Amino acid sequence: MNTGTEKTEYVSYLDHQGKYKGIFAWIFATDHKRIGLLYLYAIMTFFFVGALLGLLMRVELIAPGQTIMKPQTYNGVFTVHGIIMIFMVVIPGLSAIFGNFFLPIQIGAKDVAFPKLNRFSWWIFMAGSALAIASQFLRNGPPDTGWTFYAPYSTTTGTNVIMATTAAFVLGFSSILTGLNFIVTIHQMRGPGMKFFNMPLFPWALYATAWIQLLATPIIGITLIMLIAERLFGIGFFDPNLGGDPLLYQHLFWIYSHPAVYVMILPAMGVISEIIPTFCQRKIYGYKAIALSSLTIAGVGFLVWGHHMYTSGMSENARWFFSLLTFIVAVPSAIKVFNWLSTMYKGSIDLKPPFLYALAFIFLFIIGGTTGLILGSVATNVQVHDTSFVVAHFHYIIFGGMGFAFFAAIHYWLPKMYGRMYNIKRANIGLIIIFIGFNLLYFPQFIIGIMGMPRRYFDYLPQFQPAQVISTIGGFILVGGLILMVYNLVAGARKGPAAPANPWSGTTLEWQVPSPPSLENFDEEPVIKQNPYDYK
Amino acid sequence: MSEAKIHVEEHRDDEASKLGMWLFIFTELLLFGGLFLVYSIYRAEYPDNFREGSLELSVTIGAVNTIALLFSSMTIAMALTAMQKNNKKLAIQMIAVTLFMALVFLVNKYFEWGHKIEAGLYPGSTLMSLLDRGHLLYFSLYFFMTGLHALHIIIGMVLLFICLFKVRNETIHNQKYVLLENSALYWHLVDLIWIFLFPLMYLIS
Repeated sequence: MNTGTEKTEYVSYLDHQGKYKGIFAWIFATDHKRIGLLYLYAIMTFFFVGALLGLLMRVELIAPGQTIMKPQTYNGVFTVHGIIMIFMVVIPGLSAIFGNFFLPIQIGAKDVAFPKLNRFSWWIFMAGSALAIASQFLRNGPPDTGWTFYAPYSTTTGTNVIMATTAAFVLGFSSILTGLNFIVTIHQMRGPGMKFFNMPLFPWALYATAWIQLLATPIIGITLIMLIAERLFGIGFFDPNLGGDPLLYQHLFWIYSHPAVYVMILPAMGVISEIIPTFCQRKIYGYKAIALSSLTIAGVGFLVWGHHMYTSGMSENARWFFSLLTFIVAVPSAIKVFNWLSTMYKGSIDLKPPFLYALAFIFLFIIGGTTGLILGSVATNVQVHDTSFVVAHFHYIIFGGMGFAFFAAIHYWLPKMYGRMYNIKRANIGLIIIFIGFNLLYFPQFIIGIMGMPRRYFDYLPQFQPAQVISTIGGFILVGGLILMVYNLVAGARKGPAAPANPWSGTTLEWQVPSPPSLENFDEEPVIKQNPYDYK
Repeated sequence: MSEAKIHVEEHRDDEASKLGMWLFIFTELLLFGGLFLVYSIYRAEYPDNFREGSLELSVTIGAVNTIALLFSSMTIAMALTAMQKNNKKLAIQMIAVTLFMALVFLVNKYFEWGHKIEAGLYPGSTLMSLLDRGHLLYFSLYFFMTGLHALHIIIGMVLLFICLFKVRNETIHNQKYVLLENSALYWHLVDLIWIFLFPLMYLIS
């Protein structure tokens, strides 16, 4: 990087010489920014592995019957795709990468509260990922249970379930430690003058997320240990032959895994809440409402897990109650969407790639969210349960929501992270291709889902073929767009023109420091304004 | 005096460390919370089997272990206070007593488990599979919960050993004792979980 023209004391975190040299300067880094980049490289790699598996499934489904793989291979592929995408990409994605990088800067801190614990979290994240990937290649074959590991099948199948669940346990531990670190950081490390309600909205979203990571993940931890003990020793908790109850497994699993959905989407909403005011040059509408709705979503999100189990055997009362709570949890999400739209009203809108990604996020998130209500109503759920309608719904939320917010975030913050700018025009073209590919891929799945196409099926009736072909074509377009986007970002980060400290005229603290930031973020103590979004 | 001042200026934040430990303790409580949930569901489903199962445990051994752990909780708290008052010798003695009590607990547990395993009663055994379903679940829970708890005892002992050595070579001293404080917090957690396990496993008859 060009630091010659800067003041003598400024050295970017990328050039800083520490105790270790070469690759060890990264593996043993305690700097939150370097750890953020380590997560970025690891997670992007896993994302492409997962996307490749998804594409293989799409090719298999282009025609009824066997096309390129055997049914058992297909079962392994959709399980592995789920495990990689959920546990290794979307759950850590935004908070581990951008949370690590920008949370301390945005609240005026030099680092997270426990830098060594942060490094340890990355190590065990990599260890868990290695286990998960190993489970695919070892002797007994990849797990074939789906990423949910439902008992009793998961207690009896001969595949590598133990290794995959151990991996999920280890990854969960990493998630807990990251959450713990962030909570303590937000409580103890805020700069002078940075009150809770002076924090930008991304830290607010991370705060709510961290509480979910901390309080929900132990439940999946103990559940997976029980599952492993069930396989090893036959303790019988989930096996009806031994007096246990497979439904209990489903409850315990979703007590974690539904809140985990909010671990995925809350930081995404935080990113959007940063981008919208910056590119409208307007104070965010309803700051407190957005901040508190994150906490509301986190809180109510703990009480809705039953909506995954309407058809599994629950009392009528439990079903309508879970349905009611599911509708209630949609309210704070809608509050955010309305506030974003109100922020745009009379703003000076600048249609740069991060903002366009944010708009795409809102569009896709609304489709994903409203179809979620169709699934949340008991009567309609029974019709579409376990069909490709569900697949389409959660891909609109997870990929269209979290994924597009991730792309928005990386286009927004890349100039800050690397001090270089990508090609704007190419980024826009990439976005258009990705958007078209995405909708072609997933929208037909809503339609054939209502017509009765089951999820996780290797084969299907001929009447579903046109939609499946459109989906597969969409899949190829999507992957093409992703490759263009990543190429553009990598080229920009390596050789792009130098970016100014504040290319988007943002007001939050990360834009007040040089690009890329120095090792301790602030060469002088930051001055905190009353409101993080003070536009004139 | 000047030495103490240097230590105060070191880059560290005891408040943050303690907050972090409390949060970690929440996660441990929820980890066991999952098991207590499973316990309560199966106890409601098979109340008679659970009562019969508990009759086969020795209340005496359980009570001795409870006393040992309660006593160790007291001694670790005393060790911390001793450290705050800069009484290094007493602190070392109290940590040693805590470790001894933990060892008493584990030895007791070893004989208790050994007795059951000798009788062929352990998860996966043929005898277990012939039991009533509720009976089987009771003993599965017994081994799973006490086993996980014993694992926590061992982790706690490792922490206390580290504290013992650090107090001896004075890396823990009366200005800097947050590691001892956090280890003591962890030890109280281990104790607390046992306080719930004891009545739920041994005393329901």
